Amino acid sequence: MSSFVQWLTESMFLWKALIIIVIFAITLGIAAYSTWAERKVAAYIQDRRGPNRAGWGGLLQPLADAGKMFFKEDFIPAQADKWLFILGPCLSMFTALMSSAVVPFGNSFIIGGKEVFVQAIEINIGILYVFGVVSLGVYGVMIGGWASNNKFSLLGAIRAASQNISYELAMGMSIIAILMMSGTLSVREIVLQQHGGNWNIFYQPLGFLIFTVCAFAECNRTPFDLPECETELVGGYHTEYSSMKLGFYLFAEYINMFASSAVTACLFFGGYNYPGMDFVETQLISALGANVGHNVATLIGIGSMFTKILFGIFFFMWVRWTVPRFRYDQLMNLGWKGLIPLAVANLVITAGAILSGYKLVGIWAGLGLMIVLISVGWSLRPKKKNAIMGA
Amino acid sequence: MQNILSLPPIWYTFAILSVLTLFGALGTIMSKNPVHSVIYLIVTFFSISAHYILLNAQFLAAVNIIVYAGAIMVLFLFVIMFLNMKQESDEMKNNKLITTAVITALLLGGILIIFLRRAEKQKVDVTSFSSQTGMVEVLGKSLYGEYLLPFELVSVLFLVAMAGAVMLAKREAGERHF
Repeated sequence: MSSFVQWLTESMFLWKALIIIVIFAITLGIAAYSTWAERKVAAYIQDRRGPNRAGWGGLLQPLADAGKMFFKEDFIPAQADKWLFILGPCLSMFTALMSSAVVPFGNSFIIGGKEVFVQAIEINIGILYVFGVVSLGVYGVMIGGWASNNKFSLLGAIRAASQNISYELAMGMSIIAILMMSGTLSVREIVLQQHGGNWNIFYQPLGFLIFTVCAFAECNRTPFDLPECETELVGGYHTEYSSMKLGFYLFAEYINMFASSAVTACLFFGGYNYPGMDFVETQLISALGANVGHNVATLIGIGSMFTKILFGIFFFMWVRWTVPRFRYDQLMNLGWKGLIPLAVANLVITAGAILSGYKLVGIWAGLGLMIVLISVGWSLRPKKKNAIMGA
Repeated sequence: MQNILSLPPIWYTFAILSVLTLFGALGTIMSKNPVHSVIYLIVTFFSISAHYILLNAQFLAAVNIIVYAGAIMVLFLFVIMFLNMKQESDEMKNNKLITTAVITALLLGGILIIFLRRAEKQKVDVTSFSSQTGMVEVLGKSLYGEYLLPFELVSVLFLVAMAGAVMLAKREAGERHF
């Protein structure tokens, strides 16, 4: 028994468990307050006040909503496939919560002479893990939509499936451009390489654009929220859901927003890096000693990471209340005929720039050349006689 | 009993995963509803990925999940949801078909068992085994170094298949729009 206790205190196990629980709690907390922030942002953009009754500035609104959700009738339709109907929202929530496991939220704490990474698991296939979890995210929607035994739910589920498959391709290819530059699949390594203002956004502007659009589509957020398009499909895949099962679906969307903002921050905005972090760390170490100084510097880094994540979530909301919903054929055309060719072009340009030895100049020159070629090609395109609008 | 208890934990993991794999595989062929079959098959793919991780092949496990569980099974589910599977198929009432199927399955099983018994059993030398085998770096270097030609040939094969699929799906002049 004493050897077990000794193992517990000496190994990373307790620290890792603590970090996982804290990340889990913060994820849920941020997702809960995103529902409040979404209404406040919507209200601000539409010149209203938003929720302001429950608590100061409506801050208790998420609690009130959760209470309402729990006390509603939990209804399962008579012709529904009962187990799959229950499995749907569970899977949605499960896959949403899994994806932040490999995200490094900060550098490391030095505790008792050991370095503990502020990250749940550090594996050398980190990005592939994120990508795998994202590709599983659609099962919750599909299974729930099919099990409801309702036309509108089924249509929503099928829309979700085709949308996710289409946008995963472009997303994967925009990530490959990042991987070619960093030469590693580990998210922590990718963040470490962006140290010193060397953020990937400067090298991969087109890749960032493609990745963001695909992230919106994968999260089912406006302008790509066709699976739950209420003007056409009543409520989409969650038409038949009520009570906390509906709550799980809606909540999973906010967790997905948090996770995709975190991944975007890591891949393109340097993760926990911020300008002047070396200066801050040396000052802190000389003032507080090596260990405490390093830990305080890590805390500031975590703060910078969460600033980026919160801005990402705000960006999701900003777009939702600015851009109207796409039509379904426009969505498919954008995915297959717009984003995938652009992502392939981005791959070729990035590869050429890396081979030429001038990464930054090469990539921007390549992108400029691509824009010139596209505009020349567009103006020289043969005019169709019976051109159909919108095709 | 003492023997079972003294096994290393990896054997327990292996046993649990094998039970899960077989459970998923049996569920795939035994459930009446095709959507349930697909979900059982996804369970099987997941447990096979876990087996890959036990065998030190992280990259293969991740790719297996992304490609099979994440893309191909979504397409399967997609197609099956479109079909109306309410009516019972009458294949199981045909005695001739059942007899042929049983004989073929037994033959295939026999062949598999014979090959397994005669298969060359390679033991891994623990002292010289590199822990990096199956990791991304090693796999990439051997794929793009040692096996470059077969790898590129396979890519060309995929390209041909993709072009073929596009050709088959292409709408011809005069065909109706859906």
